[in-house]
Amino acid sequence: MDLHFTADEPTASEVDAVDAVLGAAESRWHGGQRVDPSEAQTSESGHRTAGQRHLLLPVLHEINGRVGWISRGALNYACKRLEVPPAEAYGVATFYDMFSLEQAPPVVARVCDDIACQAKGAIDLCASLERAMGPAGDGNAGRCGWVRSPCLGQCERAPAVLVTAAGERPWTSVIAPATAQAVEAACSKDSPTDGPQVRESVPQAGQASLQLLHRVGSPSAQSLKEYRADGGLRAWELALDQGSEWVIEQVEKSNLVGRGGAAFPTGRKWRAVAQAGGPKYVVCNADESEPGTFKDRVLMEGDPFGVVEAIMIAAFATASERAYVYVRGEYPDATEGMRSAIAELDSAGLLKRACPIEIRRGAGAYICGEETALFNSIEGFRGEPRNKPPYPTESGLFGRPTLVNNVETLANVLRILPQGGAAYAALGTERSSGPKLFCLSGHVAKPGVYEIPFGATVRELIELAGGVSGTGRLQAVLVGGAAGAFLGPDELDAPFTFEGMRAVGATVGSAVVMPFDDSVDLGGVLLRIAEFFRDESCGQCVPCRVGTVRQEELLERLRSGHTIGTLDHERQLLREVSQVMRDASICGLGHTASSAVDSALERFPIFQGATR
Amino acid sequence: MSDQSLADAPDLTVPVPPGPVPSAPSRDQRPEVELSVDGQRVSVPEGSTLLDACRQCGIDTPTLCYVETLTPVNVCRVCVVELEGSRTLVPACSRKAEPGMAIRTDSERVRLSRRMVLEFLASSTDVTQSPELSSYMESYGADPERYGERDAQAESKTQPAKVDNELYVRDYAKCVLCYKCVEACGEDAQNTFAIAVAGRGFEAHIATEFDVSLPESACVYCGNCIGVCPTGALVFKAEHDLRERGEWDASRQESTDTICPYCGVGCTLSVHTQDNQIVKVTSPLDQEVTSGNLCIKGRFGWQFTTVASKAADDTAAEGE
Repeated sequence: MDLHFTADEPTASEVDAVDAVLGAAESRWHGGQRVDPSEAQTSESGHRTAGQRHLLLPVLHEINGRVGWISRGALNYACKRLEVPPAEAYGVATFYDMFSLEQAPPVVARVCDDIACQAKGAIDLCASLERAMGPAGDGNAGRCGWVRSPCLGQCERAPAVLVTAAGERPWTSVIAPATAQAVEAACSKDSPTDGPQVRESVPQAGQASLQLLHRVGSPSAQSLKEYRADGGLRAWELALDQGSEWVIEQVEKSNLVGRGGAAFPTGRKWRAVAQAGGPKYVVCNADESEPGTFKDRVLMEGDPFGVVEAIMIAAFATASERAYVYVRGEYPDATEGMRSAIAELDSAGLLKRACPIEIRRGAGAYICGEETALFNSIEGFRGEPRNKPPYPTESGLFGRPTLVNNVETLANVLRILPQGGAAYAALGTERSSGPKLFCLSGHVAKPGVYEIPFGATVRELIELAGGVSGTGRLQAVLVGGAAGAFLGPDELDAPFTFEGMRAVGATVGSAVVMPFDDSVDLGGVLLRIAEFFRDESCGQCVPCRVGTVRQEELLERLRSGHTIGTLDHERQLLREVSQVMRDASICGLGHTASSAVDSALERFPIFQGATR
Repeated sequence: MSDQSLADAPDLTVPVPPGPVPSAPSRDQRPEVELSVDGQRVSVPEGSTLLDACRQCGIDTPTLCYVETLTPVNVCRVCVVELEGSRTLVPACSRKAEPGMAIRTDSERVRLSRRMVLEFLASSTDVTQSPELSSYMESYGADPERYGERDAQAESKTQPAKVDNELYVRDYAKCVLCYKCVEACGEDAQNTFAIAVAGRGFEAHIATEFDVSLPESACVYCGNCIGVCPTGALVFKAEHDLRERGEWDASRQESTDTICPYCGVGCTLSVHTQDNQIVKVTSPLDQEVTSGNLCIKGRFGWQFTTVASKAADDTAAEGE
């Protein structure tokens, strides 16, 4: 491709970073030295170029990870190597929160100030950090800086902080629960600080009844040998024995539906992809970013071999040629756990009957959890959702039939195969089958991931987690996530099942249960949710790009009492903003960006008076 | 090359297959798909979009990011229609017609979404140079004033125009982010990829790499982005200057079609003149050779007409 570049050159360490992913440049066409004069007459592009575009995100990660930011020279070199137009690469790099296109401090503390962490003192933490380390996002902060972050998926240990350090050997530390002193201490070190243990995130750990979380905290996460000793790979061997048709039948009979939020029947997806012509792909959606959600992180950290085994079964059943695990960028420990599990299974030769499995890291974009945005992200484009139809089973990753499943969904397959689909379906309720993971955070006594068969009520779940903490007086519960709904204290007897939640106008979503005590300023929580969607909208379609901004402004006006016209007029406007987002947006982000706000305004007397 | 290798060379004559030369089936021969639009039965060729069906019924459907010559990106959502059985509205410009579909184009839901989209755009961008958008705002009763003025939108609405070359101006205060210019610069026409969408959410904007100026970028000044811009965010420098001076007057303009004399391709040019000066050059979208696209010479290479006539004027003045 005939590309044009600015005169900016990369530094030696930037070249090293890019070469670490792509290998050394072979010729001047790839950004290297002109050695052979005949190279001036030849170009390698077309097929080769198209075949490498998917490495753009890994390359940007490597640059940002080593240098701390992406300079003009670095972007130029990456683009020369990959033959990607620099304007496009700039568009991709600026899409993701975790990449900086301006000089940034090498050590950055990402401080979660999202709803779960706010309920546990994140605002005070930010104020202390501002006093100690200066203003958030200061590019001239010296060696250490800090930024505010949306939900980091560490809600059970709120308030949470993720420290990322750039350098020859980049490192990360999770500080949760965090204090300003602990954050400063972690930032000033030049090696990682030991984080909390995953076992602590599962208060039920060790109980015999657990089906999905039974290995969390056991040595089986450490090595393939231990995993096998713990009964690992039995489902995989069963699948090989019985064949792919049998596997798909069991998944169909199990009535398993997706655990990522959309609740689509898993068996239908498996069947559709198995019947499609190749090449085809499996994608494990581990971009868990819904505020209040951390179950997939716990599964990947606590039972990485189990998750990979399930991916192997999916690839085998659908005859896919490659599988990708897209892990959110804020999950370094889960990424590492999965990486070493894949490596060990691969070196034991076990991936041969399945397919190669690759890890791709997200880079700070909630929208990439939307399946088609995720495909675009893997392919090296901006994480903008595609219009559906066509659906992924028909045209997904690289335009090929693709099976995309959430981590927890896949984990269930290991429980389905040994007992058979019908026996699995008997667990839970008639319309909501199987064991289920729930993410309890906010004002509960023992926050964490809980496993219980479908059927328990919201009240039972809160009691399972030790009841309401804080003042002990419940004001509201957020269920399903920021894209979910608020329930009042009088609705706690609703069963947390697909049908039970629908009956009260809520959704299972990502199974978030986040109680707020009566000291919490609910208007503030709504505003933070509105801010979250405004920040995370990809900006592609007008209803969501502008609607999320208008929603936030409206809430601010209602909260401050500085309304335009009457209160009723403003509430009508809010309803219309909500409707256009729900009706006319491209993807689920826009469709649900007003769900929680709407549900709260319906139920609670928020913003009723003029001035607070 | 030795004689030996010549002898081994394959015969280069290609045998002509017997029979008629195959040609693509005409549009009319495609199987028809029957659907209902506002209760009216309509039949369109397979592969048509809902927008095609609406147009066939004579229903005026607003569009902004859609243009026949580019791949639909369906981002503006102003063309949404209600499809029976669908939870959400669907974009008419890209949703393919299927047998038995029933759509409504003028329901309360459709009108509300279209009105809101128009209000959203008018409240965050300067739409004064988009007569089409303004007329749709009127017919849908859009009132952008009801959102008030806020810093963020004031900033995006009043950002200064980027004037960094003599040929065209980018005034992003007028940009509705329809992606058309990016498509025309990239895969759909020019394959130059000088611009892309950068940033995210409300901060998303059209940019070169690191927002460098056009002369520093890959831009080849074909002006195909100007040709597809629906809101006047991308305009000829000549037009920009005239507007700045308050001298732009569409009623005094004429458009003359001609063939570009620069090379042998034969592109149709529509030369727009005001007071006998060329102020803008376009090519008709439905023109087979160009599909509306031109190169730097056809688009901008007309200054000599001004220089020549000025020289003639000077000569005449000298003679007097």
